[in-house]
Amino acid sequence: MKRFIGFIKKEFYHIFRDRRSLFILFGMPIAQILLFGFAITNEINNVDIAILDHSKDATTKEIINKMASSKYFSIHQFIEKESDIEAVFKKGKVKAVLNFEKGFSENLIKENYANIQVITDATDPNTANTISNYVNAILQNYLKEQNKSSVQVYQIVPQTHMVYNPELKSVYMFVPGVMTIILMLVSAMMTSISITREKELGTMEILLVSPLKPIQVIVGKVFPYIFLSIINAIVIIVLSIFIFKMPVQGSLFLLGMESVLFIITALALGILISTISATQQTAMMISLMGLMLPVILLSGFIFPITSMPLPLQIISNIIPAKWFIIIIKGIMLKGVGLQYVWKETLILLGMAVFFIGLSVKKYKIRLE
Amino acid sequence: MKTILYIIQKEFKQIFRNKGMLPIIFVLPLIQLIILSNAATFDVKNIKFGYVDHDHSSTSRELIEKFSASTYFNVHTDFPSEKLASQAMLNGEVDVVLEIPAYFERDLQKEKHNNLGVTINAIDGAAAGVENVYVTQIIQNFNKNLLVDLIQSSGSPKIQPINIVTIPSFWYNETLNYKTFMVPGILVLLVTMITLFLSGMNIVREKEIGTLEQINVTPIKKSQFIIGKLFPFWVIGLGLLTVGLTIAKLIFNIPIIGSLPLMYLYTSIYILVILGIGLFISNFTDTQQQAMFIAWFFTVIFILMSGLFTPIESMPKWAQIITEFNPIKYFVQVMRMVMLKGSGFMDILPLLLKTLFYAIVMNGLAIWSYKKTN
Amino acid sequence: MNTNKVIQVKELTKVFGDFTAVNAITFDVEKGEIFGFLGANGAGKTTAMKMLIGISNPTSGKATVAGFDVFTNAEDIKKNIGYMSQKFALYDDLTVKENITFFGGIYGLSRKRIKEKAAILIKELGLENVANKLVGSLPLGWKQKLSFSVSLIHDPKIVFLDEPTGGVDPITRRQFWELIYKASHQGITVFVTTHYMDEAEYCDRVSIMVNGKIEALDTPKKLKEQFKVDTMNDVFLKLARG
Repeated sequence: MKRFIGFIKKEFYHIFRDRRSLFILFGMPIAQILLFGFAITNEINNVDIAILDHSKDATTKEIINKMASSKYFSIHQFIEKESDIEAVFKKGKVKAVLNFEKGFSENLIKENYANIQVITDATDPNTANTISNYVNAILQNYLKEQNKSSVQVYQIVPQTHMVYNPELKSVYMFVPGVMTIILMLVSAMMTSISITREKELGTMEILLVSPLKPIQVIVGKVFPYIFLSIINAIVIIVLSIFIFKMPVQGSLFLLGMESVLFIITALALGILISTISATQQTAMMISLMGLMLPVILLSGFIFPITSMPLPLQIISNIIPAKWFIIIIKGIMLKGVGLQYVWKETLILLGMAVFFIGLSVKKYKIRLE
Repeated sequence: MKTILYIIQKEFKQIFRNKGMLPIIFVLPLIQLIILSNAATFDVKNIKFGYVDHDHSSTSRELIEKFSASTYFNVHTDFPSEKLASQAMLNGEVDVVLEIPAYFERDLQKEKHNNLGVTINAIDGAAAGVENVYVTQIIQNFNKNLLVDLIQSSGSPKIQPINIVTIPSFWYNETLNYKTFMVPGILVLLVTMITLFLSGMNIVREKEIGTLEQINVTPIKKSQFIIGKLFPFWVIGLGLLTVGLTIAKLIFNIPIIGSLPLMYLYTSIYILVILGIGLFISNFTDTQQQAMFIAWFFTVIFILMSGLFTPIESMPKWAQIITEFNPIKYFVQVMRMVMLKGSGFMDILPLLLKTLFYAIVMNGLAIWSYKKTN
Repeated sequence: MNTNKVIQVKELTKVFGDFTAVNAITFDVEKGEIFGFLGANGAGKTTAMKMLIGISNPTSGKATVAGFDVFTNAEDIKKNIGYMSQKFALYDDLTVKENITFFGGIYGLSRKRIKEKAAILIKELGLENVANKLVGSLPLGWKQKLSFSVSLIHDPKIVFLDEPTGGVDPITRRQFWELIYKASHQGITVFVTTHYMDEAEYCDRVSIMVNGKIEALDTPKKLKEQFKVDTMNDVFLKLARG
């Protein structure tokens, strides 16, 4: 046991002596969470639009003013003919063109009915769709004002409650996601690299012939990283509470414990990667190329899992980050306790045990 | 020139000899392209919907019927009480709950006006917004039908309200297919990641094994060495792009409207930027571990701030300025413009020039920071 | 300038922060000589050598190698020297032949010349059977010999060897020194660092470095007389203990 503690101490010295890596390990996650917390949002604001107004009458002016004064749109330019639309889109800045038909006011007065064509650059379908919806909403409001005099009958009005996130802040969505991704990648990368590094430099053999058991060697190597990752997790949680005003409705203690569990799962994955790669280069490429995009895309961090095709929904179950994101959102935003997230917790635990078990088996095979 | 050829030859041999790396470089990215492109969708569908019906009238049933008929909602459960409904929401079993109060039908007929409770799980704010739009649309249609019924039954048309109809027209992607949007973007990410990670680790790796010193005592010129090192990755990057485009066309049936030579011209400059960044990182670090962490840091920032997943226009001003330094942003824009819209040389010229400038600066820095003598 | 002196060093100094690794060393090396550069680990041997081969800038002093100044003409020096570092520095994932071709290539040898050289070199070292094997799979002794031969591929005037025989068995060491003699007979100046004192006996002249300074410099015979001992080992111990 004493030997083991000595070994852990050695590992800590290694890490703390390498100032640059230490700076990277702590500085970068903080920089990232600050940057992404503020910058990443899928709200749509200030979209540049262009106007093609064939009528140029009082009504169209009024509607254009409504559009311009909304926070969603800013009018980038006015164009004169249909054939300009193509050119404007190809330049890439303008995302939508509002095309008012000829004789707009007249039609409205005579026939109670007029058309606006909303042409969107649908290379980004999400923005296109949202723009289309916003234009509609602004027009509906305009109509409501205009139609005050006429009789409205049989109206069912939905009273909508947006629960857990009444202001629809995208921070609530992205901060847990960013936190998960950072913890996942940093933990998995650190362990996989530091173990393969010893293999590559030949020092692993020395450790393995020492009286320490292989499992002690691995635990000893990983232990400092558990410690580092926990500090990282604490810093990130503190930042999200104080800077991004994330609520913690549930128990902070439970949140902490779940974070530790997730860190251990990620570290275990790192160990597994290190057992299957011979060089640091391979280990890094697996943990970066193999993990980065799947974790970002399949964890529900940005894209809702329920909207994915069924096979991908099934694949997403093997991504530990998915379960952790469900857990932190539950604890922080919904304020639930373990009785609501025990299933996810068990899955993470199972994954950790599986990864560790598999690595131990792989090591044994090699040693024989 | 001949010297460079020897370096290139050596690098290629080393790459193709490393059996552990080959699948990671050539197979993994393509698998990811094929699989993950399906994941990246903001479409909100299969919404987990539940309701509490205290009225049990024909109107309430009719309304619920409308929700089950909609393709967006998966009608999930009929909750006997609000308490059970909110518990299900805590559990994550349901995301939208409609609550129909008692005497709903009676009050509607009496007062021609009634309220409904709609509860939406809003943690994903954007999705909640869309869900709200869907709910409102269904209810508005329901209202309209009531109105038509009324007009027909009374026989005498009232003053008709004015109406403005929007005709949406989605250009370049009529069906709002997310894959059209994502495949080029994810391809960009994969090309970038592979070239950045490989070049970022390359020189520092030779530093660590000690072969770099052996190179430094030879009379080789800095620029020869760097060019020789970069060229193989440049080829790999372009190769990956080619296979990726083929997959985009054959598997995803993504239209390639614009000019292919233009895309290759841009990509060949773009990869130089990435390789320059990689080498710069490599020169400034002592171990592969450090190099990878730095490369990882920038990659995550580049990816999440590229406008690929979330729109750049919505970012705060300062963040938008940061994205000006993000090469992936330019690549994503150019790929979408040329591939999907058929933008021409003049359209992408500003982006091309910025990228070229970036390439010159980064490679200048890389050659400058590579020191044969310390 | 005396053209027979291929290395001339005067008051050469290297300071790292407040640590003086090499403290004003002065010596000359004659053409064709085997010059032993001795010292304990950490005495400053490797640092001094790195300044002479142009990969580390001296803090002060003067030095010319093969007639070129280490401050201003480091790149010209590199054309005229070979170097073998204490860390094995060939590519493990290239074959014997590929390593030879690569280093021949970056020294600017023609294809034809590389082919000839490779054939001779492989024959001399008796590596015919493993010429197409990865270097990483060879025993350390073979690697060292190959590494030495590769450092001579461009027929340099001087070859610098940094502890070339570290970690190999006595027989291989013996064979290695035969290679060194052979190079010396061809007129190549050999500058070798070592901490094996028996190897010092093989050198024409040796210098002994202690704490960044050269404390003794002469032929092994004269040094033993001067310190009144029988072996170079005793000379070294006397110096190191001060």
